[in-house]
Amino acid sequence: MAVEVILPRVDMDMATGKISKWHHKDGDKVAKGAALFEIETDKAAMEIDAPADGILRNIVVTEGGTAAVGSAVAWIYAEGEAVTAAAPAAAAQVTNAATPTAAATAAPVASTTTLNGEAPRATPLARRLARQAGLSIAAITGSGPRGRITAADVRSTEEAKPAAAPAPAATPDPVQKLYAPGSFEVIPVDGMRRTIAARLTESKQTVPHFYLSVTCTLTTLMATRERLNAAAPKGADGQPLWKLSINDFIIKAMALALQKVPNANVTWAGDSILQHKSSDVGVAVAVEGGLFTPVIRNAEGKTLTTISTEMKELAAKARARKLVPSEYQGGTTAISNLGMYGIEQFTAIINPPQATILAVGAAVDRFIPVKGQPVLASQMNCTLSCDHRAVDGAVGAEFLQAFGQLIEEPLLMLA
Amino acid sequence: MRELTYAQAIQEALAQAMDADPSVFLMGEDIGVYGGAFQVTGDLVHRYGEDRVMDAPISELGQAGVAVGAALAGCKPVLEFQFSDFATLAMEQIVNQAAKLRFMLGGKVNVPLVMRFPAGSGTGAAAQHSQSLDAWLAHVPGLKVIQPSTPADVKGMLLAAIDDPDPVMVFEHKLLYKMKGEVPEEPYRIAIGKAHVAREGRDVTVVATSIMVHKSLEAAQILAAEDIDVEVIDLRTLRPIDTATIIESVKKTSRLACVYEGVKTLGIGSEISARIAESEAFDYLDAPILRLGGVESPIPYNPELEKAAVPQVPGIVEALRNLVRGRM
Amino acid sequence: MNAVSKIKPNARPFYQRYSPAELKEALRKMHLIRRLEEGAEEAYMRGLIHGTMHLSIGQEGSAVGATMALRNSDYITSTHRGHGHCIGKGADPRLMFAEFFGKEEGYCRGRGGSMHIADVSTGNLGANGIVGGGLPIAVGAALAIKKQKRDDVAMCFFGDGASNEGAFHEALNMASIWKLPVVFVCENNKYGMSVSTERSMAVANVADRASAYGMPGVIADGNAIADVEEAISEAVARARRGEGPTLVECKTYRTRGHSRSDRNRYRTKEEIEEWKARDPIPHFEAELMAHGIATEAEVSAIRDSAEAEIAAGIEFARLGTDPNPAEVTRDVYSNEAA
Repeated sequence: MAVEVILPRVDMDMATGKISKWHHKDGDKVAKGAALFEIETDKAAMEIDAPADGILRNIVVTEGGTAAVGSAVAWIYAEGEAVTAAAPAAAAQVTNAATPTAAATAAPVASTTTLNGEAPRATPLARRLARQAGLSIAAITGSGPRGRITAADVRSTEEAKPAAAPAPAATPDPVQKLYAPGSFEVIPVDGMRRTIAARLTESKQTVPHFYLSVTCTLTTLMATRERLNAAAPKGADGQPLWKLSINDFIIKAMALALQKVPNANVTWAGDSILQHKSSDVGVAVAVEGGLFTPVIRNAEGKTLTTISTEMKELAAKARARKLVPSEYQGGTTAISNLGMYGIEQFTAIINPPQATILAVGAAVDRFIPVKGQPVLASQMNCTLSCDHRAVDGAVGAEFLQAFGQLIEEPLLMLA
Repeated sequence: MRELTYAQAIQEALAQAMDADPSVFLMGEDIGVYGGAFQVTGDLVHRYGEDRVMDAPISELGQAGVAVGAALAGCKPVLEFQFSDFATLAMEQIVNQAAKLRFMLGGKVNVPLVMRFPAGSGTGAAAQHSQSLDAWLAHVPGLKVIQPSTPADVKGMLLAAIDDPDPVMVFEHKLLYKMKGEVPEEPYRIAIGKAHVAREGRDVTVVATSIMVHKSLEAAQILAAEDIDVEVIDLRTLRPIDTATIIESVKKTSRLACVYEGVKTLGIGSEISARIAESEAFDYLDAPILRLGGVESPIPYNPELEKAAVPQVPGIVEALRNLVRGRM
Repeated sequence: MNAVSKIKPNARPFYQRYSPAELKEALRKMHLIRRLEEGAEEAYMRGLIHGTMHLSIGQEGSAVGATMALRNSDYITSTHRGHGHCIGKGADPRLMFAEFFGKEEGYCRGRGGSMHIADVSTGNLGANGIVGGGLPIAVGAALAIKKQKRDDVAMCFFGDGASNEGAFHEALNMASIWKLPVVFVCENNKYGMSVSTERSMAVANVADRASAYGMPGVIADGNAIADVEEAISEAVARARRGEGPTLVECKTYRTRGHSRSDRNRYRTKEEIEEWKARDPIPHFEAELMAHGIATEAEVSAIRDSAEAEIAAGIEFARLGTDPNPAEVTRDVYSNEAA
C-alpha cells in the first residue's frame, strides 16, 4: 500500500501551502525522515521529511504549486509495488498561480473551520464566488451546518473587508503605466513580501500609533560590555565563549522594563486586552527580500550570554529562511535596530498583535554637559511606537523611562 | 376557456386521435361498456365501436404483445393498463420487445404504441395497486416515459405520444383524474421531452413530477409568505429528461430539490440530482441537493400510513425552508 | 421431356399444386439453410462470429414447408432458432452472414446478430431471443391485418418449450376470441434446451393444447416438407377466409445441440442417429426424383449452387463495414434527439 505524502500544516493559520522545492523527482528512492520537499509559507520555507522509505511516485503538486493542508501531494510506494493512478489526488493542486489577494487574506485571518485539520466545507457556489473574488475559502467563516461556507458567507466577507486586500489594491497595470516601458524590471512578489505588505498596511491603517523618543547615554553600558567581553573564558577552539553586543543589552533591558511596567506588556485582542506574563522580545532581522522577527522568549529571566547565543542562532536561521512558526510568532514586543546603518533616529510600524516596537538608532559620540563641562559621551536615540488602543501615553512613557534607566545603568539588570 | 377533468381531457385526446387517424385503436381491460376502471374511456365504445375500443381478456402480457405486433404492422394501439402495477405482468413485452425491436432490427421498424398506466397512491388500494413505477420504465432505452400533471398537458402530451413513432409510456396519477383545468377544444400537441416551469422563483428549484407538482406549488404558496421564493419545474417527461431547463433554473436559484412519489432510492430524483451534479450547474449550487420521494416501503393500506409513505405538503414546506435557510 | 407429365396421379397434393421449378426452389432453400448453418458453425468455430448461435440443422423441412404457403405481404414471427424461417420467407444469405459477422450491411446493421435476425422487407417481424416472445406479437400483427381488411396472415413460429409460457396461452386465446388470421407453427424438436417434452408437458402433443382455445390442432411430420406444407396451407387458407387461427405442430428434431455451448448430455447417440436417418433433405430429394420432378444431376446442381451462394455470402460478409462505435445509440429512437 502506497504511503500518502501530505502537505502538512506547519503554521497556525495555514490553509494552503506552496511547494517551493522538491528535493526528489518521480521515481527517486527516498528514505523515511530525509528531506523530501519544501513548503513556502507566509514566513518561511519549511523542509518536510519523507514519511516512509520507498519510491516517490505520482507527484501531483509540482514546484510552485499550491495545495490544501492535508491533501496528498505525492505517494511513496514500496519497491516493486504496482503504481496506481493518482486520480483522487488530482484535485490536490489548488492552483499554480495563487492570486495575491488570496494569499494576503489567508495570512492574517484564521479560519475556525481549519483548526481541527479538516479542509473547509463550502458549497460549490461559495467556492466559485470566492475564486472570482480572489478570496481564500479558508479565510471565510461558514454559517451553515457543520461550518459550511455558503455564497452568503462569501458575499458578507467581501462586503465587510473592502480593504481586505491592501497589497494588490494598486493593480500592476496602472502602476506600470506610469513608467516608461523597459525602464523597470518586474519582480514577482513572494509569500513573505505579500505578508509584509498586507500586515504592515493593516497595521498602519488600523493601529493608532503614537511615538515616544528617548536619548540614552551609553558610557556605562559600553564599559560594562567591554569588561564582560574581556572576562569571557576561551572555549576549546580558542575563541571567547561570548561576545556581547549592545543589542543583547537592549533585548534584556526591554524584557526587564516590560516586567517593571506590566501595563505595557499587552496585546489588543478586539474585545479584550491580553496582559502577558513573560517578556517575549522579537528582534527584526533583515534578510534577502524582506525581514523576519524571531522571538527571544522569557527574555527577562535569561542571562545576557544566553540571549546573545540564542540571537545569533535565530538570526542565522532567519537568513537561511529556516525559522519555524513557533520561533517567530507571538512576541509581546519587538526591536528594530538600524544603528549599524548609521541611522540616528527613525520610527517603526507595530507588528500586530504586539502593542509596542522600539526603533533603535546608531550610537553616536556627542559632547554632553556634565556639571557645566562638555564631556564626550556615546549616546543613542530610541523611539517607541505604541498601539494607543492598549498602551496609553503615560504607560508608554513609564515603560520607555524604565528601559532608559536600565540602558544607562546596566547594573540595575542585576537588581 | 371551458374546463375539463384530467380524465375527460384524456378521453378527448383519444377521441380526437381516433378521428384523425383510422389506424389508432384502444385496447384494455373493461374499457368498453364499463367505461374503464377510472371512467377514462367512458362512452367511447358507443361512439367508435368495439373494433376501436377493444375490451381485452385479463392478459396483460398478451395485450402488450398484441400492441407491439399491431404497431409493427401499421396500427397505432393505445393500451390502457387497469393499474400501473400490472405493468409487471407485461414487462417482457414492454422491455424486451417494444423498447428493443427498433434497435435490434437495425432501425428498420418502428413501434408506435402508447401504454397508459393509472398510477400512484392515495386511494386506499394498498401495496399492489398504488405503486409509482415510472422510474422502472424510464430506465429502459427505447421507451419514452411521460407523466403529465394537468388536464391541458395530458391532452397535448397524449396526442403527441400517439403521433410519436416510438413506444411512449404514459403515467397518470389516479388522484389527478378528477382534477379540473382549462383545456383547449381543438387538438394540439405538447412536445415530449420538454419540462415546464410551473412557477418562477428565485430561492430554490423544485423539480417535481405528476401530483407532486401540485403539492410543490402548494408548498411554494405557503413559503412565499416567509419570503422564500420557490421555482417549480414540472418535469413532464422522464425519458428523455429535459436537463437543460433544470440546469438553467439551478444556475439562477443555486438550490435543487426533487419531489416525486416513486420510491426515493434510485428514483427519478436520484437521476436529476446526478445530472445536476455532473453539469455546469454544479458550480452554482449553494446547498446540498435534496430528494423527497416515497419511503422505502410498499404502499400501506391504513390511510394515515398511506399518507406517510409519500411526500406531503407540510413535509415539502419544512424541507424547502430548511434548504433555503441554510439548515441542511 | 416435361417433368410434370411424369408425376403420378396418386402423388400427394403438394407435388401437384406446385410447379417443378417451385419445388426445386424449395429444395434449394433447404440446402441454403443447411449450408448457411454449417458455414456459420464453421465461422463460429474459427472465431469469426462471436456470441452464440442456435442451429436448426434437421428442421429445414418445417421451415421451408411452412413458409412455402406464404406470400410476401404475410408476416412471420420467428424464434432464436430462426435462420430457416428467415431464408424460407425470402431473405438473402449474404445479408444474413453480414449480420452474423456484425456488419453494417447485415439485416440488423450488426445490432441484432443471429438471435434477432430478420428481413423486414419480406414480412419477417423478427427472430426473438425470448421464448414465447413472438406469440403475442404475431397476434397483434394479425389484428392489424384484420383492421386493415387485408387477407394476409401472420405465421408464428415457436418451439415446444414456448408452449409452456404464459404468453402462448394468452396469445392463442386472444387470436381465437377475435378470430384472427394467425397460423401458430410449433416446431416441436422434443427438447426445451435439455428438458424433454415428456418431462415438461402434461399432454402428449402441443397440438392437443389447441382445443383449450377453440381452434384446430394439427400434427405434421416436420421432417417431410410435403406433410408440413399440406397442413400449413390448409391453416393459411382458413385464416385468409377469416375463420381464425390454427395450431400446427411439426414434429421434428435438431441434430445439433441447443446452442453452441450444448454438450448434449440429455440425448442418446442412438436417438440422434435415428433422427439423422430421417434427414428432411435426402427425403425430399428422393421424393422429387421418385416423382420424376428432378434428376439426380439436377439435385446435385442445386446442392452445388447453394454451396456456392453460401461461400459467396461468407466472402461478402467478411468484406463488410464494421459499425462505428460512436453510433452505438443510433437506432434506439426514431428521433435522434430523443
